[in-house]
Amino acid sequence: MREIDVSGITSAVKKLCMDANFYLGDDVKKRIYECYEKEESPTGKDVLSQIIENIKISENDEVPLCQDTGYAVLFVELGQDVRLTGGDFTEAINEGVRQGYKEGYLRKSVVTDPLERKNSGDNTPAIIYTDIVPGDKIKIILAPKGGGSENMSEVKMMAPAAGVEGVKEFVVDRVLRSGANPCPPVIVGVGIGGTFEKCAQIAKKALLRPVGSVHPNPYYADLEKELLEKINKLGIGPQGFGGRCTALAVHIEVHPCHIASFPVAVNMQCHVARHKEVII
Amino acid sequence: MAEPKRITTPLSDEVIKDLHIGDSVLISGVIYTARDSAHKRLIEALERGEELPVDLKGQIIYYAGPAPAKPGKPIGSIGPTTSYRMDPYAPILIEKGLKGMIGKGNRSDEVIEAIKKHTAVYFGAIGGAAALGAKSIKKAEFVAYEDLGPEAIRRLEVVDFPAVVVNDCYGGDIYKQGLKEYGEV
Repeated sequence: MREIDVSGITSAVKKLCMDANFYLGDDVKKRIYECYEKEESPTGKDVLSQIIENIKISENDEVPLCQDTGYAVLFVELGQDVRLTGGDFTEAINEGVRQGYKEGYLRKSVVTDPLERKNSGDNTPAIIYTDIVPGDKIKIILAPKGGGSENMSEVKMMAPAAGVEGVKEFVVDRVLRSGANPCPPVIVGVGIGGTFEKCAQIAKKALLRPVGSVHPNPYYADLEKELLEKINKLGIGPQGFGGRCTALAVHIEVHPCHIASFPVAVNMQCHVARHKEVII
Repeated sequence: MAEPKRITTPLSDEVIKDLHIGDSVLISGVIYTARDSAHKRLIEALERGEELPVDLKGQIIYYAGPAPAKPGKPIGSIGPTTSYRMDPYAPILIEKGLKGMIGKGNRSDEVIEAIKKHTAVYFGAIGGAAALGAKSIKKAEFVAYEDLGPEAIRRLEVVDFPAVVVNDCYGGDIYKQGLKEYGEV
């Protein structure tokens, strides 16, 4: 048994909030540079050059890449040989979010009640998914999620007979209907299988995979490639002004499902594809 | 890329008539931020027959809610939010004299019709390039609904704020045009 004081979680989460909002991952940057080189539309190329300039300013000035510094979504892998001391686990995470969003001058984008819509003032509560895993460590992944792309996401309970063609049609159509709203070039997270809620959750988790990585199952790796090609033929382009680069990547996650069910989820992610992680 | 057109607020019909979809523009002068909650309040004020806290005649509204300013800076990172959420309100404000909107994403048929009818314009700014977006803002102050925090109405003084004409007063739409030009399906 390893004892970990929850204050360590607070300070780690605080740093993740700021780092995620200031520094875009190298994998995403690399893909954006590649798209800039390839983009045929002059307006699209200009948009990508401004996106690249923005990344540099954020890094140098330590200011958020996007004013929508997101809803703090955390995926935590908690080792079963860890004993947490010194306070409440969830509150420790929320305190980290509170401190990170305050000290990082990040926007507070959470309303406490969805109908009353009064800002909570400190970007809490965070959304926390916890898995209990073997070992005596804690892995925390923080992904600030922007509203513009989240709003273009969808879960569809399809009939199993729809098959892979149904998945392709749904995903490509979801991107087409989203147009400029989710701030293309986007990353498209696709969840296939599971239950209604599991499907959406794995679609979100798919967004965390490094851009440039391929699915371990060759069938799904091919499907990701095919979907990316189809999406980039739509012509939406950077910011929807027309062009070749509509998506940076398509990532698929699959899960077993009920004999009667075939849930498919699309979680859209803008080009500011932020996530940082730490192991305590 | 063609040279961007430099325009200054407030916008006259003559300036707006010279703008066409796909034009890059650099906006200077005063613009106002307002998004979801502020729009709701503006429309409620009009319904009660009250004066608006801002005279919108000839003005531009920027659909944006900035990040907090770091010490010594006029404003934090700022970029456009998705415009469709303001579609139910925009035609009423255009009728009241609003001439320009800056945001991202498609507008409704009603908004596009109002843009045509009242000689207005809708600009797209680059979503997610908000650290860069803050560079062209020289001064920012609250003018209404400060309790809304990021959603308050702010008066921004901007110099060479970059945007692209999405919907012009002739009914054009860069998003539709872009799909036509680059779509292969």
